[in-house]
Amino acid sequence: MNEVAFSFAGQTLSALGSGALWWPDQQLLCVSDLHLGKSERIARRGGPTLPPYDSRETLTRLATDITRTNPATVICLGDSFDDLQSSLAMEASDQRDITTLQAGRRWIWIEGNHDPGPIDLGGTHMSECLIGPLTFRHIAKPLTQSEVSGHYHPKARLNARGRSITRPAFLIDQTRLILPAYGTYTGGLRSSDHIFDGLMSEQAMAILTGPQPRIIPMPR
Amino acid sequence: MTQIPARITAWFASKGWSIHPHQQDMFNRASDPATLLIAPTGGGKTMAGFLPTLAELADGAHKGLHTIYVSPLKALAADIRRNLRGPADEIGLPIRIEDRTGDTSATQKKRQRVDPPHILLTTPESLALLTSYEDAPRMFAGVQRVIVDEIHALAESKRGDQLMLALARLQSLCPDLRRVGLSATVEDPQAIAQFLARHPDPCQIVQADPGPDPDIRMLETQEMPPWSGGGAAYSIPAVLEQIKQHKTTLIFHNTRAQAEIFFHNLWLANDDGLPIGIHHGSLDRQQRERVEAAIVRGDLRAIVCTGSLDLGIDWGEVDLVIQIGAPKNVKRLVQRIGRANHRYNAPSKALLVPANRFEVVECVAALEAARAHDLDGDPRGPGPRDVLCQHILIAAAAGPFDAETLFGEMTAAGPYAQLTRDEFDACLEFCATGGYALRAYDRWQRLQQRPDGQWQLRDPRAAQRIRMNLGTIQDTDTLKVRLKRNRGGKPLGEVEEAFAASLTPGETFLIGGQIVRYEGLREMVVEVSRRADRKPKVAVFAGTKFATSTQLSDRILRMFAQPDWPQLPEHTADWLALQRDMSRLPQRDRLLIESFPNDGRENLCVYGFAGRNAQQTLGLLLTKRMEETGLAPLGFVATDYATLIWGLDAVTDPRPLFQLDALRNGLETWLAGNAVMKRTFRASATIAGLIERNTGGQRKSGRQATFSSDILYDTLLKYDPNHLLMQITREEAMRGLVDFGRIETMIARIGDRIDLLRLDRVSPLAAPLFLEVGKVPVKGAAEERLLAEESARLLQAAGLAPG
Repeated sequence: MNEVAFSFAGQTLSALGSGALWWPDQQLLCVSDLHLGKSERIARRGGPTLPPYDSRETLTRLATDITRTNPATVICLGDSFDDLQSSLAMEASDQRDITTLQAGRRWIWIEGNHDPGPIDLGGTHMSECLIGPLTFRHIAKPLTQSEVSGHYHPKARLNARGRSITRPAFLIDQTRLILPAYGTYTGGLRSSDHIFDGLMSEQAMAILTGPQPRIIPMPR
Repeated sequence: MTQIPARITAWFASKGWSIHPHQQDMFNRASDPATLLIAPTGGGKTMAGFLPTLAELADGAHKGLHTIYVSPLKALAADIRRNLRGPADEIGLPIRIEDRTGDTSATQKKRQRVDPPHILLTTPESLALLTSYEDAPRMFAGVQRVIVDEIHALAESKRGDQLMLALARLQSLCPDLRRVGLSATVEDPQAIAQFLARHPDPCQIVQADPGPDPDIRMLETQEMPPWSGGGAAYSIPAVLEQIKQHKTTLIFHNTRAQAEIFFHNLWLANDDGLPIGIHHGSLDRQQRERVEAAIVRGDLRAIVCTGSLDLGIDWGEVDLVIQIGAPKNVKRLVQRIGRANHRYNAPSKALLVPANRFEVVECVAALEAARAHDLDGDPRGPGPRDVLCQHILIAAAAGPFDAETLFGEMTAAGPYAQLTRDEFDACLEFCATGGYALRAYDRWQRLQQRPDGQWQLRDPRAAQRIRMNLGTIQDTDTLKVRLKRNRGGKPLGEVEEAFAASLTPGETFLIGGQIVRYEGLREMVVEVSRRADRKPKVAVFAGTKFATSTQLSDRILRMFAQPDWPQLPEHTADWLALQRDMSRLPQRDRLLIESFPNDGRENLCVYGFAGRNAQQTLGLLLTKRMEETGLAPLGFVATDYATLIWGLDAVTDPRPLFQLDALRNGLETWLAGNAVMKRTFRASATIAGLIERNTGGQRKSGRQATFSSDILYDTLLKYDPNHLLMQITREEAMRGLVDFGRIETMIARIGDRIDLLRLDRVSPLAAPLFLEVGKVPVKGAAEERLLAEESARLLQAAGLAPG
């Protein structure tokens, strides 16, 4: 199976190889940092005209996960759009794709630092949301409990027989779960970055995404 | 102009010099639209280029810029300024001479645009940048001549294409512009002439007397060269002895890392405290300048260097060149040797030092070729389109342009003479809209067509971004290295970002000849402290790696066919004999493959002798086929003569792997997903302006803001595989890094004469490959297997059950 099951806040959750989080008991799929419209925003601001297929690619991968898990609820954990204008300037086909994905399920947009306001698409818009014991918000807060967040685009590196392998990764400890970025045009922040020192406990684990996700002690 | 002014001839006479025939010849041709001079170093080449300029400026009537001198090196521009200032003052010429490079201060640069000197000494990048300003027509008004120094070196890279496009622009601004190229000895002067001249102007080639043959030998050492490695540490005592016997010795290395290690070892053995310096492109500018000044003063007895001292600067007192490591190509060796003894008609003296046993063979082959005047080289392909895209953007930064006019201008550049209008339009489309099948940027085009048909930047702020990202030199991402102090310590130089990422605090590495300790990374600066108590991990610099030329590889294979090797030192002859004994020596019309276990992995060594790039391609093609057949390859490394592949399972039947049709068919699909293509894409996308290296102040502190160019490549491959940049990438890779031509030649030569030998251990000839750098990982099934193993091991070590 292309997923790793783990226990968090008394719940059994699954890290999918794609970077999405699956919560079987709630039939809930959560993805973070889609950054839809990133290429459009860069061009709008006078930067290079990057291949404009990033949103389509991101939504295609999301559609695959949704088809496979058939969730009752989908949470997009913030920075779903690269900025608020991106959400308005979406290709009509991408908008249709989102509407199709939303059909028949509850869809929650959590606000992020890139998209801190209402989005002109179906679904509920929230700054954070509480489901069962879990709190979903974009940026991790200090001294928290049972919190699921994104924002940092974590990735982890390990050495195996001389080979260095770096992958986007889930970071997990007793109180916190940080999701990797799901968007196509996103980079990553190494788990060894000092930012994570203050966020993740000594016992933190990392789950590397990929064809078969793997869990390891979080590299520091 | 028919006569050299008397003042100038009198000055020559006062120095006891006479004007060389080729200098007179160049002077007589001063009104030609283009002239190429081929002369050895020390042949008064620079004076031959500048004589007409000095003559034309002698009466002091010319206002503004008269001559632009372009050299590939900043240091050379500064050096020429010094060397020209002296004669100009002594002759009493009222001439302003200034240089303008990346090192020139912003105030100086600004002033130069308002009030340009008579003679401007610059680099291709700085010249291209000047043409991007709106006031370029004013600054360049009245320019008469352009002198391109070391044109043979520029013609080898995209910097040359960039320069020729900048000259085409300049020629539009100054229709009377005359061009002069100065070149070292090359195998095909006609090709350089066509590259230089405005198409279809004629270009006369002036050949100077090549001077006496150089005195080249192998360095004799007490110690034997090692089996492998590139350090040549064994030669240190003999090299020190040579330094003592000569006034000034240049010690050339093929890579910066090798130069660092050699310098370190040389310094440890330098009991007499001889003044020895180090010079390479990753060192801090101030440090390089100090070394250059010391060479000019004659303070140094030896300089350990890389290609950064390959060109130009006339060091005068240098009387010995030592080449450490195999020279890879005979032409470059001959040019390097020319660095010694810059007196006209004196033979240059050079010593070759092979770094390992295989290089002994290569050095002897190169030495024989140099003595036979058998220069090598490959024909230059058409001008690359990524550089064209950059120049369309540069033109737009200078102001609105008409497409038809710009097309006419660009096809007047030698490398782009064959460019079709369709090709040009595709590049323009790419610059304007991105050129995607999905037309997503109609609102946010980079270039827009005005109602009058002219093209201009949509966002005027983009001009600044274009200028900041100008150039074709592809440094890998580097980070500055500084000593850790309270308020920013002394800068030492740069290391690759990937190398910096591999360091953990406390680890030590070599830079600029000192051992430093890694303290941490702060705001994209590597902070270090001085430490000499641990064995250094050596900084990994991106050294330019040339493939051994076809001609040189053939010479080596011919040498292998000899029954014995009287021209080789005994230890190397013995080694080849051992290989013949234990396995077999590669032959020109057969393909030798060895298979053996080593260190828990299965290895396959393929002796194709096709040059580093083609051997690399072979590695990629073979590993792909192995992956498909479940042989779980893990990675490979290529040298000029062989490819070594390692994996989890052994290959027993190589024949299906080597069918040319299958290889060629596989090439297209294979080209898609491999690391070389991604690297090539990154370079071309950066040059073409799709990836910005510098975004000025906008660099986010968190690294999550930037993402890998591999993602762009993968996206284009999936959604727009025929996009212009994908075409350029394929083209570039085929002729550069992929070099499939040499694989085809090799396979045609060997036919089905493939010999697979199963050995129980590493063969003598294969052993050096294990220490090669530049290993290419194969991200296939084997990686997933490793990841599973390693994850289980880590969990167990942490006392946890696998998830």
